[in-house]
Amino acid sequence: MGNEETIKAALLQKFPQLEGKCEIIRQRRITLEVDRSRLIELLNFSCSELKFNILCTITGLDVGDDLQFIYHIANKEGIVMNVKTNAPKTDPVISTVLGIYNGATFYERELEDLLGAKVEGLPEGRHYPLPDNWPKGQYPLRKDWKPENINQQNKKEE
Amino acid sequence: MGRIEIPLGPQHPALKEPANFRLYLEGERIAASNVALGYNHRGVEKACEQRTYIEDMYLIERVCGICSHSHSSCFISAVEEIAKLEVPKRAKYIRMIIGELERIHSHLLWLGVAAHEIGFDTLFMYSWRDREVVMDILAMLSGNRVNYAINKVGGVRRDISEEQKEQVLKAVDILEERTRYYIDIVYSETTLIGRLKDVGKLSYEDAVRFGAAGPVARASGVDRDTRRDDPYLAYDEIPFNVITDDHCDVLGRTIVRAKELMESYKIIRFALKNLPEGDITTRSPRRIPAGEALSRYEAPRGEDVHYVRANGTDKPERVKLRAPTLANWASITNMLDGGYLADVPIVVAAIDPCISCTDRAILIRYPDSRNENLMDWNSLRKYSIDFYKNKGFNAKNIRMNIK
Repeated sequence: MGNEETIKAALLQKFPQLEGKCEIIRQRRITLEVDRSRLIELLNFSCSELKFNILCTITGLDVGDDLQFIYHIANKEGIVMNVKTNAPKTDPVISTVLGIYNGATFYERELEDLLGAKVEGLPEGRHYPLPDNWPKGQYPLRKDWKPENINQQNKKEE
Repeated sequence: MGRIEIPLGPQHPALKEPANFRLYLEGERIAASNVALGYNHRGVEKACEQRTYIEDMYLIERVCGICSHSHSSCFISAVEEIAKLEVPKRAKYIRMIIGELERIHSHLLWLGVAAHEIGFDTLFMYSWRDREVVMDILAMLSGNRVNYAINKVGGVRRDISEEQKEQVLKAVDILEERTRYYIDIVYSETTLIGRLKDVGKLSYEDAVRFGAAGPVARASGVDRDTRRDDPYLAYDEIPFNVITDDHCDVLGRTIVRAKELMESYKIIRFALKNLPEGDITTRSPRRIPAGEALSRYEAPRGEDVHYVRANGTDKPERVKLRAPTLANWASITNMLDGGYLADVPIVVAAIDPCISCTDRAILIRYPDSRNENLMDWNSLRKYSIDFYKNKGFNAKNIRMNIK
């Protein structure tokens, strides 16, 4: 796969619904937004057909009523695609990408611990990066979270 | 044969920083393993959201003690991209020179640590002695041995003078000669080869599959280097080779790092010779316009990835950091399984783990603790002074002769 334009064209051909949601923001950077129901399909296509086989990381954000997830995937030529998808905070479920990117375990655990996302299909395991006795329902990277929350909860429990 | 479970860490003499491994042994061999992290989580990402970009610079520089410049350069590149700042070329070159000096310091440090882990303490002392040369150079250029704080939004803080150039070149000559000797050792010293060969195997396929980064990936034949593939600063103007090796073991990782040192000397010489004239900084706004950027940087241990989203104020909306060690943890169990228990320290050391970078703690008392008080900085200091006084040591009675 060649340059940014060819990649964009290939994506739009396969996923017509991306029209208007896929943008080349600068040299070697493409940003696109996809519905969470099509996320896995899109990542699968990008990894196997477009050779975007490097998962740089997954960024999770609190954007108000939704959580946003950005999958930063790269290819050998140094082009990075920022694949964004949203999930409402009332139902913050996304599927795991472990089937496509085997090294994603820690990135996905981080989403669960720090933002309270539910990653479906992620095998049971230990917490990362919060300790195992971290209180339930406390997600530090949510915008409304303050360190005092923890102390309050502890008082209640006592 | 029965299986024995051995916990290793988080505090263990074989580990330089806290991580926890559970090793399942069949005899001396590791049948299965898993790893737990997070003991050094400091909540840097959350803290960044509550501070201004200028304060964040200081914070991010302290994400790691070794590759501090890597993190700050990576972050600052993202901020400058959002603010559409044109950084002067001379500043880019200076950042690059500091970055390569940092790589030399990190790789020499690693070589010492690795040598120590396999009981080759002579090599450890040699390489750490030589590391002082590059530390002195860094102190001369930036004013500090670590946490150089050379970066500022829109440029760099200090210029490099003609005189300093001479000194750096002289130091690079010394280091190059020493490194030739190390490369020779790595290829010819039979005990070293015997100890490192076929230890901590990671095949090319697994390195790609688990997304290994930096020298770990390159030692498994994965030809990847952000400096070449996704050039930042002015790396697209500088000739250098990406070092790969197909040993796929700890020996390979040693070879790659040793040879990368030679490339760094080349880059520094070229950058100093072609150092463009001009300003070293440009005016930068306090508020960064709304926008987002992803920036990648080839740190000594592999690829740093920073994502910054700005909201038009003087504080970022979100800062996401990914240090290379996190990428390499995914493949560590793969390297350990099938190997010997005695190899664990060197296999772990061989990914050059930096747990501060990776974990980035929130200082909160444990939920089950009854103690209401957290120790603040002053009481911690008082505690430590009293602790030593009780042992009969009073710092006030010491007279130092500072020349």
